[in-house]
Amino acid sequence: MTLLMDPSSEELEYGMDNPVLPFLRKDRIPHIWCPGCGIGTSLNSFCRALADSGMDMDQIAIVSGIGCTGRTAGYLNLDSFHTTHGRAIPFATGLKLANPNLKVVVYSGDGDLTAIGGNHFMHAARRNMDLMVVCVNNFTYGMTGGQVAPTTPLGPTQTTMPYGNFENGFNLPFLADACGAVYVARWTVYHVRQLAKAMKEGLQKKGFVFIEVMAPCPTLYSRRNRLGDGVDQVKYYKERSQIKNGAETKDVGLTFQGDIVVGKFVDRERPTWLDSMNEHFGKVLGDKFQTYGG
Amino acid sequence: MHADPKGVLTGVHFIDGDHAACEGALAAGCRFVAGYPITPSTEIVERFAARIPKVGGVFIQMEDELAASIAIQGAAWGGKKVMNVTSGPGLSLMMEHLGYAFITETPCVWIDVQRCGPSTGVPTGPAQHDMMQVKWGSHGDFQIIALCPNSPQECFDLTVRAFNLTETWRVPVFLMMDEVVGHMTERVDIPRPEDIEVVERKWTNKRPGEYQVYGTTPEDLVPEMTKAGDGHRIHVTGLTHNEKGYPDMSVPNQERMLGRLIGKIQQNADQLVDVREDRTEDADVVVVSYGITSRVAMAAIEQARAKGVKVGSARLVIAWPFPAKRMQELARTAKVFVVPEMNMGQMVQEVERAVAGVAKVVSVPHAGGSVHDVETILSAIMEASR
Ligand SMILES: Cc1ncc(C[n+]2csc(CCOP(=O)(O)OP(=O)(O)O)c2C)c(N)n1
Ligand code: SF4
Repeated sequence: MTLLMDPSSEELEYGMDNPVLPFLRKDRIPHIWCPGCGIGTSLNSFCRALADSGMDMDQIAIVSGIGCTGRTAGYLNLDSFHTTHGRAIPFATGLKLANPNLKVVVYSGDGDLTAIGGNHFMHAARRNMDLMVVCVNNFTYGMTGGQVAPTTPLGPTQTTMPYGNFENGFNLPFLADACGAVYVARWTVYHVRQLAKAMKEGLQKKGFVFIEVMAPCPTLYSRRNRLGDGVDQVKYYKERSQIKNGAETKDVGLTFQGDIVVGKFVDRERPTWLDSMNEHFGKVLGDKFQTYGG
Repeated sequence: MHADPKGVLTGVHFIDGDHAACEGALAAGCRFVAGYPITPSTEIVERFAARIPKVGGVFIQMEDELAASIAIQGAAWGGKKVMNVTSGPGLSLMMEHLGYAFITETPCVWIDVQRCGPSTGVPTGPAQHDMMQVKWGSHGDFQIIALCPNSPQECFDLTVRAFNLTETWRVPVFLMMDEVVGHMTERVDIPRPEDIEVVERKWTNKRPGEYQVYGTTPEDLVPEMTKAGDGHRIHVTGLTHNEKGYPDMSVPNQERMLGRLIGKIQQNADQLVDVREDRTEDADVVVVSYGITSRVAMAAIEQARAKGVKVGSARLVIAWPFPAKRMQELARTAKVFVVPEMNMGQMVQEVERAVAGVAKVVSVPHAGGSVHDVETILSAIMEASR
């Protein structure tokens, strides 16, 4: 690389005109993720979505739970909250209801959001809480060393499933759809553009938005199951994915290294929790009620 | 600052402690409550749910206590004064988030209307079973402040104070009621808004770039606060962090951060403690009590005095931080401490620790389900005075 700039400048360290740089906390780089991990790729798409959305970055807050994906909050140059394991959604609920002008994004792992946090996930979707939830699904518990997750398909070995997983995994889009999410999509980290577009749509949509991102965990899941490295997993995503926008969510369940249905499955309108509250109290209480957050 | 008139129901009311606590919260400016119903605390959130739409805030009944106890913290970082309300089993579920509130210095009030444990115990019976749980129940070292009302009036007054304390110190503040205080109906005087002192959050005036979310000075251990959306791009984490809020899990920083967080309360304990004393000047026997038990104890003290025993009362209005110094001072003149509690002996251990070797300490336990008989406390006083 020819040195065109002052060698001490940040631009040089991170690549000349990296468009996602303004969205990262540069003083926290390098990050903790392993080489080939898909979380960083998903974050890249998210930063592009932030850029494309044209939204005021001061009015977007990010909330994560605990896990490798849970570290996302700490790297984004937004108001960011790294909360407790499984509880990002209820924290985000409080944040949103206290300051309805904020766009609140929850960004966390599959175990965090749908195992320990499963109850909160269901209820936030049911209430149509105005949150965008991004779930990085690597089929495993990364941070704790590769244990079985509620998304692990039948078959692969996990440290707590040493003879192969025999539990049924969640079909997350189906779960989100059934609970009432207004926007449900799934992409893999091979589909970076589609993912960024979905995230941009999600940022602009009101209500409970759910985006599943399939991402490799080469260090634990892939290695343990002899699936190669991160690139091999992305090749698998490329070869076996079929884009089916509007697919019935009940039909998009995942199997071990099987076909993957990706796309935007649900995009509908429902009043959010706050809209319902305002409308209801307006009707019932009349003048005694002042629209909240309006 | 004075209370926002919108939340203040000035006048004389006959209401129970649960309702009075709700009015205290509204008067103090609480505008966000996340709750999950549990006897005997439910009336507090029921009243809040009815009142808040007319006052400009939000109530949400969450799916469980884990959600409630973290939703309030999200709302605090969204700029609201917040509270959650529960009882024994719910409190057990909230414990991880007690630690989170402490390490992230999130102002929040926790009302615990205590019932009998362990486990589901006697859901409708009074007890003082959670005194040690609030002090030690979350993992790691932490500090809280706990207030113990003994009447519906105090449920109002001390709830206002709990909000003021949590805003001042940025530690979780508990109102330790019990079923009897929660459910007894008495006269409650709610002052005019201009007579209610309300502490505003310590908002920062610093500009983005200058402000550090956990920046403090050695003189002032409590950082200034901001909220999401104000442009400071804060980071808040339950990990050990530096002044910027970024994780720094080095041993020196763990020591520095925890030292300051604990120090905030320990170094200021003298100005926090609140012991109400009655006839302790000449007392040979001091009855240490708190909450509803203090009223039963007072009846026993009257009867013992009538029999010529020099006995006085030291009531813990603030139980945590524990007034160890005051207990040591009292031990210079008193020979025996009698400690009735609606548990098998919790705060009595603190009294023992404070006066170790100097005075005798007698526990008067009660398993809960009802309050002590006056006679039980009286005979303990008589026995102790011999
Ligand atoms: C209450 C609690 N239980 C367990 C843990 C340990 N823990 C940390 S991360 C994690 C799982 C994370 O898995 P996932 O959400 O799938 O995220 P990933 O690391 O794969 O991104 C667990 C169980 C914890 N921190 N807190
Ligand atoms: S352990 Fe897996 S999920 Fe975690 S950073 Fe490494 S590759 Fe990513």
